[in-house]
Amino acid sequence: MAIPSEIPTTFLLGRLDWHAVPQDPIVWATGVVVAIGGVAMLWMLHKYRLWSYLWTEWFTSVDHKKIGIMYIVLALVMFVRGFADAIMMRLQQAMAFNGSEGYLNAHHYDQVFSAHGVIMIFFVAMPFVTGLMNFVVPLQIGARDVSFPFLNNFSFWMTVGGAVLTMMSLFVGEFAQTGWLAFPPLSGLGYSPYVGVDYYIWGLQVAGVGTTLSGINLLVTIIKMRAPGMTMMRMPIFTWTALCTNILIVASFPVLTATLVLLTLDRYVGTNFFTNDLGGNAMMYVNLIWIWGHPEVYILILPLFGVYSEVVATFTGKRLFGYTSMVYATVCITILSYLVWLHHFFTMGSGASVNSFFGITTMIISVPTGAKIFNWLFTMYRSRIRFELPMMWTVAFMLTFVIGGMTGVLLAVPPADFVLHNSLFLVAHFHNVIIGGVLFGLFAAVNYWWPKAFGFRLDAFWGKVSFWFWVVGFWTAFAPLYILGLMGVTRRVRVFDDPSLQIWFVIAAFGAALIAVGIAAMFVQFAVSIRNRDTLRDVTGDPWDGRTLEWATSSPPPAYNFAFTPVSHGLDTWWDMKRFGQTRPRAEYLPIHMPRNTGAGVIIAGLATVCGFALVWYIWWLAALSFAGVVIASIVHTFNYGRDYHIPAAEVRATEAARDRQLSAQGA
Amino acid sequence: MAHLLKRLSWLAPLLLVPACKPVVLSPSGDIAARQADLLVQSTLLMLIIIVPVMALTVFFAWRYRATNTQASYDPDWDHSTKLELVIWAIPLLIIVSLGALTWVGTHLLDPYRPLDRIDAETPVANRQPLQVQVVALDWKWLFIYPEQGVASVNRMAVPVDRPVEFTLTSTSVMNAFYIPAMAGMIYAMPGMQTTLHGVFNQAGEYQGLASHYSGHGFSGMRFKAHALDGAGFDEWVAQAQASGETLDRARYLELEKPSENVPPMAFAQVDPQLFSRVVNMCVEEGRMCMAEMMALDAQGGMGLPGIANVAALADADAPGTARPILGLPPFQVSGICSVEELNDMLASAAPSDSAPRELAPLRGRGLDAPQGILGLNLLPNRLTQSVPPRGADQNL
Amino acid sequence: MSTVSQTPPGDFWEVEPHHHHEGASTSIGFWVYLMSDCLMFAILFAVFGVLGTSYAAGPGPKDLFDLELVALNTAFLLLSSITYGFAMLAMVKGSRNGTLAWLAVTLVFGLSFLAVELYEFNHLIHLGAGPQRSAFLSSFFALVGTHGLHVAFGCLWLVTLMIQVGQRGLIDANRRRLSCLSMFWHFLDVIWIGVFTFVYLLGMI
Repeated sequence: MAIPSEIPTTFLLGRLDWHAVPQDPIVWATGVVVAIGGVAMLWMLHKYRLWSYLWTEWFTSVDHKKIGIMYIVLALVMFVRGFADAIMMRLQQAMAFNGSEGYLNAHHYDQVFSAHGVIMIFFVAMPFVTGLMNFVVPLQIGARDVSFPFLNNFSFWMTVGGAVLTMMSLFVGEFAQTGWLAFPPLSGLGYSPYVGVDYYIWGLQVAGVGTTLSGINLLVTIIKMRAPGMTMMRMPIFTWTALCTNILIVASFPVLTATLVLLTLDRYVGTNFFTNDLGGNAMMYVNLIWIWGHPEVYILILPLFGVYSEVVATFTGKRLFGYTSMVYATVCITILSYLVWLHHFFTMGSGASVNSFFGITTMIISVPTGAKIFNWLFTMYRSRIRFELPMMWTVAFMLTFVIGGMTGVLLAVPPADFVLHNSLFLVAHFHNVIIGGVLFGLFAAVNYWWPKAFGFRLDAFWGKVSFWFWVVGFWTAFAPLYILGLMGVTRRVRVFDDPSLQIWFVIAAFGAALIAVGIAAMFVQFAVSIRNRDTLRDVTGDPWDGRTLEWATSSPPPAYNFAFTPVSHGLDTWWDMKRFGQTRPRAEYLPIHMPRNTGAGVIIAGLATVCGFALVWYIWWLAALSFAGVVIASIVHTFNYGRDYHIPAAEVRATEAARDRQLSAQGA
Repeated sequence: MAHLLKRLSWLAPLLLVPACKPVVLSPSGDIAARQADLLVQSTLLMLIIIVPVMALTVFFAWRYRATNTQASYDPDWDHSTKLELVIWAIPLLIIVSLGALTWVGTHLLDPYRPLDRIDAETPVANRQPLQVQVVALDWKWLFIYPEQGVASVNRMAVPVDRPVEFTLTSTSVMNAFYIPAMAGMIYAMPGMQTTLHGVFNQAGEYQGLASHYSGHGFSGMRFKAHALDGAGFDEWVAQAQASGETLDRARYLELEKPSENVPPMAFAQVDPQLFSRVVNMCVEEGRMCMAEMMALDAQGGMGLPGIANVAALADADAPGTARPILGLPPFQVSGICSVEELNDMLASAAPSDSAPRELAPLRGRGLDAPQGILGLNLLPNRLTQSVPPRGADQNL
Repeated sequence: MSTVSQTPPGDFWEVEPHHHHEGASTSIGFWVYLMSDCLMFAILFAVFGVLGTSYAAGPGPKDLFDLELVALNTAFLLLSSITYGFAMLAMVKGSRNGTLAWLAVTLVFGLSFLAVELYEFNHLIHLGAGPQRSAFLSSFFALVGTHGLHVAFGCLWLVTLMIQVGQRGLIDANRRRLSCLSMFWHFLDVIWIGVFTFVYLLGMI
């Protein structure tokens, strides 16, 4: 495809025309399936008159629990898309041998691997983690909501907006063909003149606003909204990791925003930040993006370290071993994560001293991480371990993650990195830590907190099916990649010429198929559990004999979380309450002050998404209009002073009485 | 020791699988072999802690299962200073050892560092490395042999047991040059020059590849690297010379245009300034070389007249040029140096450091004396965009 | 080994009604936002530090900047910070009209700053020294332009707040908003001092 030096545009549609509709049969088929699914869903919503329910109870909700759940739904939907990309890659690489080109051309394949990375990091792992923190943190610290409930709703819808832009690129235009970090000059206008990189940029920018704001929100929530008596060193460990994560978000996402702004200017205005000529410096982009990118890795993993800590303490029936050292380890990792970014490009040619400095700082991170592993290990020592699903995922994590950690330290040794950089060994490593660390933790968390969110447990049988297919599938899919990496095979290759490699790719593809079964089993688990919700029901609010405050309230918790504010006297406040026989107080209920739902978040984020789309396609009038819309809607929103209301004491009394009846029915 | 470890590496269970050629672990060049040694040593060092942790995890999980009421249960035991000391200290000790290994290994195996040995037994005996200039094009590799005056595309040959000094650059986007059997990879970047030293110890035909994604033709950007004996190399050069074609600037500009899965080519003659011009991004006539631009910038630019000293691109449809929607069409800065000045500037290649070194194992004796504060020279910016004129600042 | 006591250490629930402190998190939240914004400027400064001498054989700062004009601009912005301070003092005294008057003065200074900056940008682009000419100019326009955009949004916010104060007076919510904008405005002042020093003054040496 020749690259045109002038981009033809029209006033009405910018550069959007019929060529934007992909000609590829695979994309067509996907489009048809998605369209049918979408229409079917809309019809269902219409038939069961769910529109106004969804709008009033969910979309406009400022309740942190509902927003958290919506984040996780978004993550699961995007996970299916990201995994479809993964299967396509595995299939292509397993096929493209002996002169076969496989079934994907370069234009398509290069989009697939770029989209896979972007979606899995930004629209699966990030919303999943954010949703989890949103749901759990206020409950754990005994708060009724986050500090800025409206902002929370807005952040969520901005994340959705970014996801929508990214998904839209599948059917209107194309996605970036640059890899998930879009290194210039390849991502510059000269080498990627069409809309792919622009979708990437605006998708991430729109979602990035949401992420930053939600980081600020949760950070302030943890600092200001803790229950009385809950000092920093009495916070549940998940809250601690959430605190550090949000510090990382606030202190790293602006770097991404600024970097992408500069790339945008290069692409739209023709500036020379990352160009080859006229003084630009592409190496600067690589540095800047990794100054954000490495903390990002810890943004993903730290909250899951918190999850494992909670799960281990709960299911071993034992206090977490070494709480203090766990906290210090988390803080160490937070700080060190800013001092290691250069290990992503030892091969760019910095001197040996610079490389060894960053290699050694990277290794140092493994010390606090190792301490964490030991702390979980010694929590298991002299305990009574109940192997419920969350605990199974945790043990699988401990066994999987140490291997990923080891290969990570290996890659931090610059001379070893020189032979393994950009290889499939590296690909296997980061999937080893992201799947084995982040994803396993998220599954543990879903199984652990699902009863809190919905009032019934998840089905154990299908959970175990999912677990075993996932764990076995993971190793079947990624062990071959470690081996291929040691055979000198690098990443992002579409076609191979050495036939002896094929068997490994076939094994890896088989592993991906096993994982697909694991994912399907997870959705079956959800469906079966919802169907059998009455037998799986938990009315105690504390199905696992938990230790932290979220288990002190009912499941699902009332809108106000706690009728009276809990007071903390040490770690594991709920455990203490149970130990000292403290029951829920039955004092005179008071009206509870709560934030009011608002549609402003949906509207502003929707306008921002339209603006992003218009900028991708150079539709200037629409961009100007929707941007003005964003500004005006925001200003109008500030004129709304009545953002809160009181839940009447009678309603609180009724809710609490209903719970009492449930509990006594259970007791009888 | 290194040999023992190398033999041990075969015991690693992954490698017992037949049909597996772990070229990274059993390469044919000394640098890659030493990198593999370090890889294996680091792994073993870490297994000291990984294996017990995994074993303990399984053991504790089994021993303290809820159904095993025989096991002791101590629900309030949550702290032990001694144990905490151990669990922080052991990883720390391992990291300290690994850090020392890393520091020394990184310096000894720095791709910029001229080789001090051909293999474990043979020191480099005051022998100039073979110069190979490498250009990453869209999507093929160009190899220029300045001493032999020949060039080839997507095929490379070097003599066995002779150190090779690659100087690399790229024309369009970032790339990485990697011959797994010979030495680790290094990026090739437009407008910049990187260096890689390596040597082959066994004759043979090896896979070379682009290891940094560079666009649609990336998968086909592979080449064969031939390690030949002395006579074989001379013959290879003679074959190239017999091909008759000349690689001058015009031919290069044609070659530069994107193409995929390019079959090997050979050129009998090469413009001696070609590589320099590629690095300086002034292969096209009239375009200002980077060296000249940097020299001018070091003096504060060209002032207001510099604004006008630009011209439309010679080839408006050349790859990598597109008009930004909200900006002016792309342009280039016109060169103002005379031909003689330019020749002088482009010819002044930095002399390569080929002083003989002491043959040292991984103990650091072969390292240069430390320099700078605390022995750290933390700013060795050797990524010169070009060879600047004498006296100009080496750093960008 | 933790000691296990048998008596509860105190009440585990707060049953007495307690004063709900509205908007207690707002100022710390806004602070955190400012710090993240500051980080964005830090990146732009760093980029200017890397590219600030890459003139691409074009003009440098000495050829382009008019220090007297920039000094005037700096004076506008610094004065606007002082007048905003007076607006805050008036707010503390509870004088709505005083607050509004000082805010109006601040707005005039802010708009003057923007006008001068736009004039400067326009002048440079007409010379041919636009953001495309060299990496130095790209990073100059990005840094100074981002600051200018912040000031523009500050002005818009200021107008909004003036209307809100006019409508509802100095109620708690408005006081909170005024102090947030105050932080924002002074923050932009601090950033400008950095820009003036590193971009203009050091460039002219």
